[in-house]
Amino acid sequence: MSASKPACDTLLQSPGLEVNEDGPVFAEPWEAKAFAMAVSCHERGLFDWPTWANALGATIKAEPDLPYYKQWLATLERLLADIGTVPETERLDRVNAWDRAAKATPHGEPIVLGRDREPHHHD
Amino acid sequence: MHSGDHDPESGGHDHGHHHHHGHNHDHSELDEMELRVRALESLLTEKGYIDPPALDALIETYEKQVGPRNGAAVVARAWNDPGFMKMLRDDATAAISSMNFVGRQGEHMVAVENTPGTHNMVVCTLCSCYPWPVLGLPPVWYKSPAYRSRAVIEPRSVLAEFGVTLPEGTAIKVWDSTAEVRYLVIPQRPAGTGGMSEEDLACLVTRDSMIGTGLALTPDEARAKGLLS
Repeated sequence: MSASKPACDTLLQSPGLEVNEDGPVFAEPWEAKAFAMAVSCHERGLFDWPTWANALGATIKAEPDLPYYKQWLATLERLLADIGTVPETERLDRVNAWDRAAKATPHGEPIVLGRDREPHHHD
Repeated sequence: MHSGDHDPESGGHDHGHHHHHGHNHDHSELDEMELRVRALESLLTEKGYIDPPALDALIETYEKQVGPRNGAAVVARAWNDPGFMKMLRDDATAAISSMNFVGRQGEHMVAVENTPGTHNMVVCTLCSCYPWPVLGLPPVWYKSPAYRSRAVIEPRSVLAEFGVTLPEGTAIKVWDSTAEVRYLVIPQRPAGTGGMSEEDLACLVTRDSMIGTGLALTPDEARAKGLLS
């Protein structure tokens, strides 16, 4: 941000990626998370990239009208279930657990898993 | 999708709207996508496949540091260094990794050079394959079904919509990226850039010019946009 930097370095702070003439690349934080989780799982060797690309291509073909990162996340969920890393039932249980935690959290406070089991602090 | 498309209860943010949980506070609400992402993130963290701080760092890298700037540096060097240009044409993967821009999406790169006779343009009809380490994250339109199909069928009118009009005699080649091969367009070096440094030249190289939906900026255009002093 110092004024002495080459002018085009300021590109790094704003447009191009986060925001371009067509709007933000990630419209919402969950999209960035979904993106990064797939990359991270790939880096940990859960699937190779052609496998990922084919799975994503299949999702896009099957549900062409779904927004891109919804297709992306659905692909990751399906792939992780298929290879047994995160079975469908385990995932859905966790979705419900987060839903319960959110609803038990007063507005404006951080949402923590298991919040709905408070205030009885016993395990 | 498995989990259905129902909204997990709508509304819920109205103040003074009490629910039956026995709490007197307005509760929080996460929408379906946030819930699904949190579910997966917490499970993958517990299983050791992701590390939340590393995840944030990864997002930061793709958003801020990578950008299309890595690609611009590659193109600027090629413009300035015929040996590097040759290397880029012959083995783009090696040329790009020689500049330390490596990564999962940049592993199999092919550079295609624009000439007065040929303009190159990149699309991924299958799934938006894109050389992230070099170009950062793809723009929204790159992922749109309309771009993916029309770029192949009517590239000239797609280019016109991007404000690019090519001479009649210029052929347009459309390259379909796949999981195995990703393309980087080397735009033509603009006229009047003879004495410019590599660093300044990189300021002329836009992301779109490396996808082929734009041309490199002239120094005047770059100055007008505040990219060059």
